[in-house]
Amino acid sequence: MHTLITELEKASLRSDVPDFRPGDTLEVHVRVIEGNRSRVQVFKGFVLRRQGGGARETFTVRKISYGVGVERTFPVHSPVIEKIAVVTRGDVRRAKLYYMRDLRGKAARIRERRDAR
Amino acid sequence: MAKQIKGVLGKKLGMTQVFDADNRMVPVTVVEAGPCVVTRVRTPEKDGYSAVQLGFGQIDPRKVNKPLGDYLRKHDITPRRYFTEIRTEDASEYTLGQEILADAFEAGQFVDVTGKSKGKGFAGVMKRHGFGGLGASHGTQRKHRSPGSIGGCATPGRVFKGLRMAGRMGNARTTIQSLKVHAVDVEKNLILIKGAVPGANGSLVLIRTAAKKGAAK
Repeated sequence: MHTLITELEKASLRSDVPDFRPGDTLEVHVRVIEGNRSRVQVFKGFVLRRQGGGARETFTVRKISYGVGVERTFPVHSPVIEKIAVVTRGDVRRAKLYYMRDLRGKAARIRERRDAR
Repeated sequence: MAKQIKGVLGKKLGMTQVFDADNRMVPVTVVEAGPCVVTRVRTPEKDGYSAVQLGFGQIDPRKVNKPLGDYLRKHDITPRRYFTEIRTEDASEYTLGQEILADAFEAGQFVDVTGKSKGKGFAGVMKRHGFGGLGASHGTQRKHRSPGSIGGCATPGRVFKGLRMAGRMGNARTTIQSLKVHAVDVEKNLILIKGAVPGANGSLVLIRTAAKKGAAK
């Protein structure tokens, strides 16, 4: 990519994004605007994937809500996100955890990463 | 009504995404605007029409031919690689040697962008003209992407001129109308245009005030 574009993107990059990887459990605090007041909604789940680079990098969080799988994709540097909190680090062997969509219950657990590899 | 068309030649740098005031993602094309220089002003008295000629890009002065080189030397303008004329009624307000930069445009305004589209080579009718092709199954043999019939038999006994067929696609001057200027970076001399723009990254583009939405910003 052109250096001038990289420089341009720098302006929209956030510096407060924690280091997280697929498999990690996150609490994403999202600003929701209802009419004229805004509140913060928490979306908690594990990171299914991270893709893209620079200002257009996104990540997908998956959670099971009332027995239904819900996935939400956010731009990593989106101003809508109030805060990203890493709850646990997951021990996974893939970059994209699409296999998790087919797993239910006990099988759909992700082992916690013990050491910082 | 005097039509005041502004224009600038630039280089398409590439596309990216930025967030707007409502925190939505906007796809933008980044264009490095100029610096362009006014090389000639056309007046109705002398040339029969009103326009400004802009020059853009560096070139080895030895490569410029004599008629053009002498003209530029006479007016003390360094030779440029590309030239274009912009038909505008207010051409008399421009002066020779005047620099035109990204600040000719402002955010929120609509522009037409002209460039040379990417060459696609010899393309079939589905890609080139958006034909539907023939069926995938039901006995279609070796004809899945063909155009089908191209006309009658004895009447008219020929294929009509201009019938859309396979052929060379792209690599032609293309204009996209009414694109919105998302932002203008005066410092870095960049214009961010919402949406895609014809041509490959690094190619020459011409940005003009929109013909259809120019007045109603």
